[in-house]
Amino acid sequence: MGEVIVVTSGKGGVGKTTTTANVGTGLAMMNKKVVLVDTDIGLRNLDLVLGLENRIVYTLVDVVENNCRLKQALIKDKRFDNLYLLPCAQTREKTAVSPEQMKKLTEELKAEFDYVILDCPAGIEQGFKNAIAGVDRALVVTTPEVSAIRDADRIIGLLEANGISDNALIVNRIRMDLVKKGEMMSIDDVVDVLAIKLIGAVPDDENIVIATNQGEPLVGREDTLAGRAYMNISKRILGEEVPLMNLDEGNSFWKRLRDLFRG
Amino acid sequence: MNLLDFFRKKPSSGSVAKDRLQLLLVSDRSACSPEMMQAIRDDIIAVISKYMDVDMDDINIELTTTEVDGSRKAVPTLYANIPIKDVKRDKGTQS
Repeated sequence: MGEVIVVTSGKGGVGKTTTTANVGTGLAMMNKKVVLVDTDIGLRNLDLVLGLENRIVYTLVDVVENNCRLKQALIKDKRFDNLYLLPCAQTREKTAVSPEQMKKLTEELKAEFDYVILDCPAGIEQGFKNAIAGVDRALVVTTPEVSAIRDADRIIGLLEANGISDNALIVNRIRMDLVKKGEMMSIDDVVDVLAIKLIGAVPDDENIVIATNQGEPLVGREDTLAGRAYMNISKRILGEEVPLMNLDEGNSFWKRLRDLFRG
Repeated sequence: MNLLDFFRKKPSSGSVAKDRLQLLLVSDRSACSPEMMQAIRDDIIAVISKYMDVDMDDINIELTTTEVDGSRKAVPTLYANIPIKDVKRDKGTQS
């Protein structure tokens, strides 16, 4: 029996989809059978980040409406045989699916996969309620900005009110140069304010932009800070104790020296 | 700008953000609607009025934060300022 994890944030644009793609791919790289579910009906993007946008035939809504079997809607990843995507409909609305239907769907997926990872839409309306319906635990993504943190706090409250208490925080897009100058909240500051356990911190890395452009997850790319940070999060989900990495390496003397010789 | 301001370090925007959030989240989390605050106020006045004459016009009840001694943690606090006009003697002598 697998585990159902929702990636959520409240605020849009903080990196839910990127996190879903990378953390899920990381778990698949460690030989877990993983399905990534896009629950952002009407604004789907997980397919694009994974580079699978041309392979969609059936969607989550088709499965729920019995237009196809679940197996027919699952898209196998290009790179990993044990990674699948369940896309959602682009021309429908959030109300096309109910929380009860989502719960039934996640139950089915759970029987088949080790990890079911749901990419949650922004907001706290129906889409959010659908996404959290059958969830065991949540990854709450935020950036070190006041608006994203406030929304994350609201989301944590709503998760707890719905009986989901195993919640962990991902602080995304940290800029160590600004943190050092005191012009950005540090990881500790964010954890302090939100008072939930931290499962990972991801630096603001231009490689994410490049990887997303190409439809390739960055996880596991040892030469990038963000790729390593995402892999660490995947390992922590499996229960491994991985110390928080030094996000400052990007500007260290040794890194610059190494880059110089690499050309 | 006087000389003192020059030497006083301006707080960084990161710590300003943290302070603002900590205050804001307390009121977000407590989610006290004005109706609920009014109900709390009415109940408190009803209880106090059994024993004392209170000045209804100058009562001030609000939700704020207080810093816990020795730590930097701020906790939500119900602050009530209730001016007393007189103590009812009959109640006081009963005990």
